[in-house]
Amino acid sequence: MKITCDEASHICNKSQYDDASFWEVLKLRLHILYCKTCAKYTKKNSKLTSLCDKAELTSLSKDDKECMKRDLENRFHNK
Amino acid sequence: MAEHKLHPDTWVDLYADYLFNYAVARVSDAEIAKDLVQETFFAGLNSAKNFKGDAAERTWLIAILKRKVIDHYRKINSKKGKAEVRINYSTDTDSDGDWLEEQVADPFSSDGDNVLENEELGLALQECIEKLPTKQAQVFKMKTIQGMSTEDICNELEINPSNLWVMIHRARTALMGCLNENWF
Repeated sequence: MKITCDEASHICNKSQYDDASFWEVLKLRLHILYCKTCAKYTKKNSKLTSLCDKAELTSLSKDDKECMKRDLENRFHNK
Repeated sequence: MAEHKLHPDTWVDLYADYLFNYAVARVSDAEIAKDLVQETFFAGLNSAKNFKGDAAERTWLIAILKRKVIDHYRKINSKKGKAEVRINYSTDTDSDGDWLEEQVADPFSSDGDNVLENEELGLALQECIEKLPTKQAQVFKMKTIQGMSTEDICNELEINPSNLWVMIHRARTALMGCLNENWF
């Protein structure tokens, strides 16, 4: 059941995206009971996730960007 | 101060998302926001010779976008015809009360503050993401903003999952540091 800090941070990152399995999360929980550094990291990492959710970031799709680039290039060369 | 120069060929990659977020927050319509960003790039290109180089590229583009947003509201307002203020009793059946006094904003509500704060947070995050190495920023955006699965990202970028998680780890650590002063 014991894991290293590297493994712990890996699971922690995965769990931010719900990609960690139940057992992995359990191992992480156990690990941060005795590892202060990882406990702190986990807390900050979760905070970052909630900040990202709160900010409601959007981004343009790849196609939109390609389209913009093409239009911009056309304009640039026709000037 | 260092002289700033314009590089229109890098605009879309560097600033499109930042400008898009800024615009979406103001016009709350993705399609309109997209058009405004595009118009901003065109306007930037057309007036590139007026760029004096005393501001950073992004600041300059944001200034143009601001004008575009104002123009957008002018345009939709002129369609509505003359200014006319009409105050009626509420016709909504499910509203709290009929009297106007009962419909004013709740002075104790912090919704407005939250909206402003979230917008600031969004721009701060965007700035921090821009400072990341290109590949890390790309992976982070795909995973966090677009919510793509690990498998899809790996296929598209031709990397393996452990590569992806290393990049995510570096990106997240850098972002925590970057946001640290104001937001943690």
